[in-house]
Amino acid sequence: MSVWAKHQIFEKNSIVLLIGILIVVAIGGLVEIVPLFYLKSTIEKVEGMRPYTPLELAGRNIYVREGCYNCHSQMIRPLRDEVERYGHYSLAAESMYDHPFQWGSKRTGPDLARVGGKYSDEWQRAHLNNPRSVVPGSIMPGYPFLAKTPLDSQHIGQMMKVLALEGVPYTPEMIEKAQTDLIAQANVDDAGAADLVKRYPKALARDFDGNPGTISEMDALIAYLQMLGTLVDFKTYDKKANVR
Amino acid sequence: MAAHDTNKVDTVTGMSTTGHEWDGIQELNTPLPRWWLWLFYICIVWGIGYVIAYPAWPLVSSYTKGVLGYASRDQIETDMASLKVQRGDMVAKMESASLADIEKDPKMLEVARALGKAAFGTNCGPCHGQGAQGGPSYPNLNDDQWIWGGSLDQIYQTIQYGIRNENPESRQGPMPAFGKDGIIPKADIPIVAAYVVTLSGRKPEGNVDLAKGQKLFAENCASCHGDAGKGNPEVGAPNLTSNIWLYGGDEKTIIETVTNGRGGVMPVWAGRLEPATIKALAVYVHTLGGGQ
Repeated sequence: MSVWAKHQIFEKNSIVLLIGILIVVAIGGLVEIVPLFYLKSTIEKVEGMRPYTPLELAGRNIYVREGCYNCHSQMIRPLRDEVERYGHYSLAAESMYDHPFQWGSKRTGPDLARVGGKYSDEWQRAHLNNPRSVVPGSIMPGYPFLAKTPLDSQHIGQMMKVLALEGVPYTPEMIEKAQTDLIAQANVDDAGAADLVKRYPKALARDFDGNPGTISEMDALIAYLQMLGTLVDFKTYDKKANVR
Repeated sequence: MAAHDTNKVDTVTGMSTTGHEWDGIQELNTPLPRWWLWLFYICIVWGIGYVIAYPAWPLVSSYTKGVLGYASRDQIETDMASLKVQRGDMVAKMESASLADIEKDPKMLEVARALGKAAFGTNCGPCHGQGAQGGPSYPNLNDDQWIWGGSLDQIYQTIQYGIRNENPESRQGPMPAFGKDGIIPKADIPIVAAYVVTLSGRKPEGNVDLAKGQKLFAENCASCHGDAGKGNPEVGAPNLTSNIWLYGGDEKTIIETVTNGRGGVMPVWAGRLEPATIKALAVYVHTLGGGQ
């Protein structure tokens, strides 16, 4: 009996064929996916990364809700022109607390992976209200309603709980203090600002939307934009540390 | 069923059959197009070559590195190094040269201006405009009015550390909200605003007690803007006599400015941009027209 004749077993029994297909596909998965979970160079840990603060997380939800990722990537590739324009190439670890990540696949607008600190809050406000007011050639739509919409943050603690289940290291204390942290970050000189920074190093607390007294969706979105790509200090980053 | 008897020929089409037969129905043997088959084989050979040349197989704690030793992180370093070579030693020289020396050397100035222009477009243009013409609340950098000083060193300092941001080196000093915080009574604000209008040689609307306006100005504004309203770059107080307005010079806007205060913010660029790029930007902005 030749090998080809043995193949008849697969051709004549659909269940055997199905199991055979599953095994072959699983080999592809095992070879391509499983190593990403244990190879040191793909699970590189980087100094400085921390989970999003409640306000940043709320801003991130607005970023996703408005579909910003459709036109903006958050992934600086290790290519000369990108590094020249946007800064240090993105590291996988920089999106380790993103569920899902916002790398995007299309750049109608510029990459936003390191937009944090590049513009003032006032610029971000003017730009989100009417992009043409500061960038004459822009084709981005305006989002003037963000400043007028109070931030609905009642579920932010639950959201953090879910993210904790997914592996984001939110402590019970962080989840419990979600509301106070959120308020502390959106105000100037709030009593809770010191605790906020203790829980979330490098967190910036100020009135992002220029409208003290209310916490709007604009507050949250600008808080998120202003921290993007600012957590890792690349002066101390060693690209060889995790390569074996 | 006769296995693989390919000698049979279908009488209708004249093509050979695979020899498979189901209830009298036979299968024509239609081979894959030759070009397709060859492409398929070439791809397999290419794939084997790729696995040998480039990183491919995951191992227990590492992966096969490939004989070319390619890594995108090494590649970008090579690319950035070649960029440095391409730009020539002029940029390297700029890193150690003083700003004044860069401006004096025509060749170095040319490089600095080219480098500065490119960096300005992506980093400074969004606020100050692609032609550095400024806009409401973002200063024009072509004119000779400087809020924080227009000398090379002052511009360099401003670009490095920015204005009113979280960096302790940044320029500080916002204008107080005289109206909102009750420093000047609400009724007096239009009077001081009217006086400010006169500083730039214009006539205020309506009849106001300008003497009182002057007194209010001397008490509240002169400490930063100067007795004559000529401004003070040390604290970022603009010249009020030049008729160049950052937020608007009409009385209504001036009333708003006095009521709520102002405090434009500029980000920190040290650390974000290369030292040579920041120097080039300082030289570029200084040579735009208004440098002092």
